[in-house]
Amino acid sequence: MRIDKLAPALAALAVLALPLAAFAEEGASFPPAGNDIRNRASLQRGARNFMNYCSGCHSAKFVRYNRVATDLGIPDAELKANLMFTSEKSYETIKIAMPAEDAKKWFGTSPPDLSLIARARGSDYLYAFLRSFYADASKPTGVNNTVLAGTAMPHILADLQGVQSAVFKTEPGEGGAAKSEFEKFELAQPGTLSPEKYDDFVRDTVNFLQYIGEPIEVERRDLGVWVMLFLLVFTAFSYLLYKEYWRDVH
Amino acid sequence: MSEVVDQGRRRLLIAATSLTGAVGVGFAATPFLASWKPSARAKALGAPIEIDIGKLEPGAMLKIEWRGKPVWVVRRTAEMLKQLDNAKPFLLDPASDGSVQPDYAKNDARARKPEFFVVLGVCTHLGCSPLPKFEAADVTVSSDWPGGFYCPCHGSKFDLSGRVFKGVPAPSNLAVPPYTFLTDSRILVGSDSAQSA
Amino acid sequence: MGTESDVKAQGAGLWGWITERFPIDEMLREHVTEYWTPKNFNFWYIFGVISGFVLVLQLATGMFLTMSYKPSAAEAFGSVEYIMRDVEWGWLIRYLHSTGASAFFIVVYLHMFRALLYGSYRAPRELVWIFGMVIYLALMAEAFMGYLLPWGNMSYWGAQVIVSLFGTFPIIGNALVEWIRGDYYISDITLNRFFALHVAVIPIVLVFLALAHILALHKVGSLNPDGVEIWDETNERGIPKDGIAFHPYFTVKDLFYISCFMLLFCGIVFFAPTLNGLFLEPPNFEPANAMNTPPHISPVWYFTPFYAMLRAVPSFAGTQVWGVLVMFAAIALLFFLPWIDRSPVKSIRYKGPITKVALGVFVVTFVVLGVCGMKPAVGIYPLLAKIFTVLYFVFFLLMPWYSRIDSVKPVPKRVTYHAH
Repeated sequence: MRIDKLAPALAALAVLALPLAAFAEEGASFPPAGNDIRNRASLQRGARNFMNYCSGCHSAKFVRYNRVATDLGIPDAELKANLMFTSEKSYETIKIAMPAEDAKKWFGTSPPDLSLIARARGSDYLYAFLRSFYADASKPTGVNNTVLAGTAMPHILADLQGVQSAVFKTEPGEGGAAKSEFEKFELAQPGTLSPEKYDDFVRDTVNFLQYIGEPIEVERRDLGVWVMLFLLVFTAFSYLLYKEYWRDVH
Repeated sequence: MSEVVDQGRRRLLIAATSLTGAVGVGFAATPFLASWKPSARAKALGAPIEIDIGKLEPGAMLKIEWRGKPVWVVRRTAEMLKQLDNAKPFLLDPASDGSVQPDYAKNDARARKPEFFVVLGVCTHLGCSPLPKFEAADVTVSSDWPGGFYCPCHGSKFDLSGRVFKGVPAPSNLAVPPYTFLTDSRILVGSDSAQSA
Repeated sequence: MGTESDVKAQGAGLWGWITERFPIDEMLREHVTEYWTPKNFNFWYIFGVISGFVLVLQLATGMFLTMSYKPSAAEAFGSVEYIMRDVEWGWLIRYLHSTGASAFFIVVYLHMFRALLYGSYRAPRELVWIFGMVIYLALMAEAFMGYLLPWGNMSYWGAQVIVSLFGTFPIIGNALVEWIRGDYYISDITLNRFFALHVAVIPIVLVFLALAHILALHKVGSLNPDGVEIWDETNERGIPKDGIAFHPYFTVKDLFYISCFMLLFCGIVFFAPTLNGLFLEPPNFEPANAMNTPPHISPVWYFTPFYAMLRAVPSFAGTQVWGVLVMFAAIALLFFLPWIDRSPVKSIRYKGPITKVALGVFVVTFVVLGVCGMKPAVGIYPLLAKIFTVLYFVFFLLMPWYSRIDSVKPVPKRVTYHAH
């Protein structure tokens, strides 16, 4: 086989290798969140969770209330009654009342805007993060997190989840210094939700965060199918035309 | 070289490819053209606004900005309403047939409630903002002036319902925006109903 | 127009009126309908046209993005999200542009590889190659400056690192970096000038260079996978026996391949616009933060082979400039290809086993360096980067030698082509 006949295959392999390489690079990976961006009921529950538990401290300054309502099929009245706690208009974006300076004073840092958190960190990360708080008396908030050690965020879902304690496995490290490694969580004090229900709660919330990260995602994929079908038709016609003309070439 | 070119098939394929291609170009151009439409932010900024008219004195005028244009609210006195009839002989379009206003404002008062006149303060000639000249026989306009609005740019005249005079450059009455009364003292400009806010 | 009837009529109507006043007919004939193109072009010859197509796509989408983008540190990040959410179809225009950037490099790299395969840079096509190389440099500058514009945290730190490279030059380094930034750090001022360069200066240069590239090519004619000059064998009408008109034969062929390209391209745009963090990186969804470097920073994939070389060279004699020089040398060497390839034949088809192995190793080298540049400099990667940096230079520096001593196969007088 001539080398230049083989080359397209090699090139294709090289191009395919790049995303794979990037994939391998991701570093710490988390178990899949298992959320479904097309599940409207889940997104609606997620929106409710977000507005009730997150939006007190976190803004979503690129997200408009009415866009969320339209996309998730939430009627106007319900939006205003159940999801909007500030005196904002429905076409405004999700801001917080808490001034950034106060946040700095209370938490030592201002809580990040969550519009794009799912795109920056990934849904799996968020799902893991919200399930990994554990009691740690040495912290001002009384909790720590195995996913983001030393996080300034208090465990505001503790009522729902209960209090977890983390079990660390202590191994004798090199030079006698003990090395402790996280082993598992134990539910020290149950919350109002069972562990399964709590996972569902977090999953819905993460689902909503993924949605606000890219509100167009579902529409983009749906439209993509039609674009591909159209291009296939055009490719077929242009292929026939190409072959028809090239019958002249001997 | 021995083959004969099938011109029919060639023409058919050219037509099919060009047609599909033209449709494709049309599809591809749509997002670019549509991206010029008012964005969600522009729509948010141009959303209906509420105005408190509770403190508006009879005979006074309130100016607010909506979608980058002045909107006036005039609380007309009984005197001023009477002038509307006196102005009629001078008017180009007294019934507002050729002018822009919601159906509920297509009357002599050009208003939902005759007392409150809501209007876009933009001259229908070239977009200047006319001046209020409510006093009848105002000497700065003319001795037979029934009271109304006067555009300083090119001298267009309008009565107290924003109806245009004959023989001035402006072609139609001042436009009335959609609005609605939320309560007796609050109006919503930019929407025909209280629904969308 | 009837009054013009005394002017020598070439054609009727408006078209005739234009052709008498503008050389559109001659231009079309010279560059399209009577541009004689080798009929044996294979798959590798589609990437030139596709590069041109992507250039137009980037210009069109870029122009529309500037209509909503705000080049200021305070507003840039928000304005990109404004485009993604509030502007109708803004998300599509933005994804087309961000995907187009990577697509541009993919097709340009394949286009350059084609030149390596078939000796497209050999005399008398040296200038075609040099124009192409300058396009490549301009494209790198364009991509680098464009990458700052979203003002994400990766934008910010990527620019920080790359601009700092110029600081390694002895004596002038510091002043040079301050001059490029216009400030003591990557700031609003830097963003504003990068925006001007990205949307006005470099695009204009790119368009002119692309025209020069094509004009130079059409002056000397296209080479082909056999490396045979088709003008050596002409028929009684003075037309190459193996040449066919660009239009309709290559217009229809290229149309088909552009359509194939669009299938792949739209597949990414609609189903994986971030391509797993390769085309749009996760840290770039956080706004620029001068206080907080992302845990692992690397340039976008198309720069990583050179970035790997930069990191592979240790500092020496108290300066880090060597890595920068090696990186620039790696690009500069490419300019000399027309003169360091001493093989008596042009196409890989008739070259010997040494050249084939060398080229194969070179492809592997480029990919491995690319991967090394993406990875943190730990584990096996620093060693791999060092080995393959050496191999990269060996490929070029030994070329004058191995290309001459390598065996060759006899080159046919005419191109090989089998109608299908």
